[in-house]
Amino acid sequence: MNRSHVLWLVAAWLGFAVLPWHVPSSRFAHEVPWPSGLMLSLTGAEPWLVPIALVLVLPAMALAAEGIGRANLLVASGCAGLVALLAQGFLVGLDGWAFAALDEAFGAVEGQAGLGLGALVTAFALLFLLTTGLAGRGAMKGDRFTTGAIGLVVSSILVFVFFPVAHILAGAATPDGDMSGMAAFVARLTAADIWSLACLAGEGRCGVAWTSVFVATLTGIVTTLLGLAFALVATRTNFPFKRALRLLTVLPIITPPFVIGLAVILLFGRNGTVTLALSDWFGLTSTRWIYGLPGILLTQALAFTPIAFLVMVGIVQGISPSMEEAAQTLRADRWRTFRRVTWPLLRPGLANAFLIGFIESLADFGNPLVLGGNYEVLSTKIFYAVVGAQHDPGRAAALAIVLLSLCIGAFMAQRLWLGRRSYTTMSGKGDAGLPAALPGWLKASIYAVALPWAAFTFLLYVLILFGGFVVNWGRDNSFTLRHYETGFGLAWGEHGLQWTGRAWNSLFTTLEIAAVSAPLTAGMGLLTAYLLVRQRFAGQGAFEFMTLLSFAIPGTVIGVSYILAYNEPPVELTGTAVILVLCFIFRNMPVSIRAGVAAMSQIDRSLDECALTLRSGSARTVRRVIIPLLRPAIVAALVYSFVRAITSVSAVIFLVSARHDLATSYIVGRVEAGDFGLAIAYSSVLIVLMGLGILFIQWIVGERRLSRRSSADLKPFKVTA
Amino acid sequence: MTIAPKPGGVEFRNVSRRYGAVVAVDNVSFVVDPGTLVTLLGPSGCGKTTTLRMIAGLESASSGTIMIGGKDVTRLPATDRNVTMVFQSYALFPHMTVLENVGFGLEVSPLSRSEREARSSEGLRLVGLAGYEKRLPSELSGGQQQRVAVARALVLEPEVLLFDEPLSNLDAKLRRRMRDDIRDLQRSLGLTSVYVTHDQEEALAVSDRIIVMNRAVIAQEGSPRDLYQRPADRFVADFIGGANLIDGVVTGRDGPTATVRVGAMTLDVQAPGIATGDVVVAVRPQAIRVEPVASDATLEVTVRKATYLGSHMEYALDSAVGELFAVDQDVSRAVSTGSLAHVRFDPRGIALVGR
Repeated sequence: MNRSHVLWLVAAWLGFAVLPWHVPSSRFAHEVPWPSGLMLSLTGAEPWLVPIALVLVLPAMALAAEGIGRANLLVASGCAGLVALLAQGFLVGLDGWAFAALDEAFGAVEGQAGLGLGALVTAFALLFLLTTGLAGRGAMKGDRFTTGAIGLVVSSILVFVFFPVAHILAGAATPDGDMSGMAAFVARLTAADIWSLACLAGEGRCGVAWTSVFVATLTGIVTTLLGLAFALVATRTNFPFKRALRLLTVLPIITPPFVIGLAVILLFGRNGTVTLALSDWFGLTSTRWIYGLPGILLTQALAFTPIAFLVMVGIVQGISPSMEEAAQTLRADRWRTFRRVTWPLLRPGLANAFLIGFIESLADFGNPLVLGGNYEVLSTKIFYAVVGAQHDPGRAAALAIVLLSLCIGAFMAQRLWLGRRSYTTMSGKGDAGLPAALPGWLKASIYAVALPWAAFTFLLYVLILFGGFVVNWGRDNSFTLRHYETGFGLAWGEHGLQWTGRAWNSLFTTLEIAAVSAPLTAGMGLLTAYLLVRQRFAGQGAFEFMTLLSFAIPGTVIGVSYILAYNEPPVELTGTAVILVLCFIFRNMPVSIRAGVAAMSQIDRSLDECALTLRSGSARTVRRVIIPLLRPAIVAALVYSFVRAITSVSAVIFLVSARHDLATSYIVGRVEAGDFGLAIAYSSVLIVLMGLGILFIQWIVGERRLSRRSSADLKPFKVTA
Repeated sequence: MTIAPKPGGVEFRNVSRRYGAVVAVDNVSFVVDPGTLVTLLGPSGCGKTTTLRMIAGLESASSGTIMIGGKDVTRLPATDRNVTMVFQSYALFPHMTVLENVGFGLEVSPLSRSEREARSSEGLRLVGLAGYEKRLPSELSGGQQQRVAVARALVLEPEVLLFDEPLSNLDAKLRRRMRDDIRDLQRSLGLTSVYVTHDQEEALAVSDRIIVMNRAVIAQEGSPRDLYQRPADRFVADFIGGANLIDGVVTGRDGPTATVRVGAMTLDVQAPGIATGDVVVAVRPQAIRVEPVASDATLEVTVRKATYLGSHMEYALDSAVGELFAVDQDVSRAVSTGSLAHVRFDPRGIALVGR
């Protein structure tokens, strides 16, 4: 305990006495020559920092204490320090006291900028002093590494997931005109444009909540059925090109979500190939019919069928062939076997796949943005409430609450209700036997559905790759490299190589931020997985639920909540690269958690326990035993965090700034401006880059099942003692 | 470099382990003397493994005090206890060679690299695996892996060496040999060992003392002979050695000899400390002899099933005092299924326990 005590004590004082306490701010150019926390409190510039200084004396005094007394002192100082730090941060805003009552009590003060590096280091040090103390009191069998890891994961999820989400609630309750906060909250949440059912009566539009649920339900049904058809083709037929079907499951990982929408426009838009052909041959006038419900539905079905496929393959393979063989020995024919045995066993999986499609559709932002037209769904409406002419954060927050509730509701239904009803028979015993053959007509119909669909999907990707080489799709189909030159031009100037292309800037920023966030994401995710799989502690159920819940939050909601929460002190991050990195870490953590959980569940627990009895602490056990055995999972988590950071759009579109623009938001901007050529060229570049990345990882790690979003297989991992 | 552990004793004082409402170990107290091998024996779920893991520090006690080598270690994590363990699955690190596995625990010691390797090699020599240093665990047989696990636990010279069902993954022949090897090693090095098993024969074979656990508490503790000859209750009587449990009545006693009535029979049994009144008579299967003729001391039975097993006969019998299971060494006098027979109870194979 001694060493980490001293280490964190030194860190705390380093953060408080040496490093600058605040983020740099022109508004608070203090006279204080060295604006560390200590100087600010000593000179009386920011007297509210004095309590922190006083608390930081405690752990130093604790050095003299022994045993449980020292541990108690550390816990007390950690708690008191964090409370003092947070309290001053929330009580003193940019313009002085945050509450009028404090003005009267203490007199007006000047205000302060957001917490900076010094505050960050101090906060971490206080947190780890607290966890060191808890370990000293015997928590987690006295293991400092584990208590520290739990403290780190829990507090970061609180600060970067729950705190922003809480801000949405607060945002929806900001007073509006002469309405009080509560009244405004109720008014916003019950607004007619969210809940109206007018369209049922044939007069006007229905509320956006209903339209979103409608699309999501349709998407859920369509993707589930398609997914089932593909799963049956892949597992229950002798279809010769099964590996090609596997490729289908990789596509969504490497594709930014709106790219499918772009491809659909190339086919069915006003100048789309199909539209033009129809008007040539049959004289049909080209319309914008694809923009709206048909377009959204088509693109989402295309985009999310692979995920349903992944889920259903797992379910279909999980049905033990011996059950079907048993049915056959009981004189059931193929159809009876399928209807009475296979189908009932599939049902929970179908419900699961449906809910996943439902959640994906609700959370989807890119496709409705590109193809929605006048058809509004929650995610795009939130976007326009923030960035559009209306700029109404309160309304955005209210819409975000509705979307969040729907997603979490579906997510909970999936977890709580289906979690227990899975009939998959994974016994771990080798299950010999051959699955029953499908009834002939069923086989014919799944072929008839799945194969054209697969061909259509591949066709769209081919179109995207070609679309970038065409001057103006549909109007002028001559070959050109113009779009690539505009985006990725290089020139030799007097200063050597010049990156003249317009896309370079955002591409480099994207790669940079993805590269920074990937190791952090992988680290946090694997650490969380370690705690979930390898440790037992009080409140683990709540901990697991908390990490899982943060998966269910749609990107648009995260985006809105981040701007609401980190726009002003105590945490001021808007417009920085840091906010993008943070957003990626907490959006993409689920992938690493899943990779880690899957890999760690396969490593016998007695290996770590054995290392512990061989006088190796948890930290050394992780380093010497777990990490070497987890290497493939680590590489996978790294690369997928990287790839997902590059392809995601829904959250970051709210967070980018002129200085830190990202590839996806740049492409969406081009689409909105009608500049399809560059958008398609840029998308192709991303797809090819990501595809190479995936090939690289497949080559290193070998074939592994992966999917784009967390919810793709939320099979509850068993926590067994 | 020699391996010379300094054996320490283990003491549990009123130790409990609770998981929420479930009590895995309930107020258990016992002492393991230095240099002895004590077995924790019981059916699965009885709390024996939890007890072992509390000695190792892998589980923490909910209440009570755990002493090792005279020091209170109740709050000490596994890493800081001078205790090592041989795991049921052996838990060899698959990415390290045999030598690296054995030397893993020594890495944090102040020994130099060459000293560590010398010590590890000595450990491997002790378990008869000299020459296997460069192999990976996957290149060893089950029995060899077991030996590596033992060597790895030995080289740290622990005060207490724990075995968690160490033989359960080996086949029957190898099991017998490994248990003798473990016992020899424990004796020659003077180790304190705590050994968990659910196999009563294994426990009888290797232990100085046996602690029988049932439903989170200690059912009985004593030497192998004590437990077999003087079980404290019907659970122990049945669990160790197996027994036919028959209701009887002690009608009188003469010193250590009690007179007990079972059905129509009256038997004189060595049973000090059993008061007159209702008792359970535990009759070992080997103590039931098939007799050719009826007498005062025999019981009439119907042979429900007779099984020929080469060296002996096994009988399932129906009688006035209930169903009986008997093992008779005398194959030549076998009776056949469905016939009537007479059996006699040998008092030397009978124990009385309170009802």
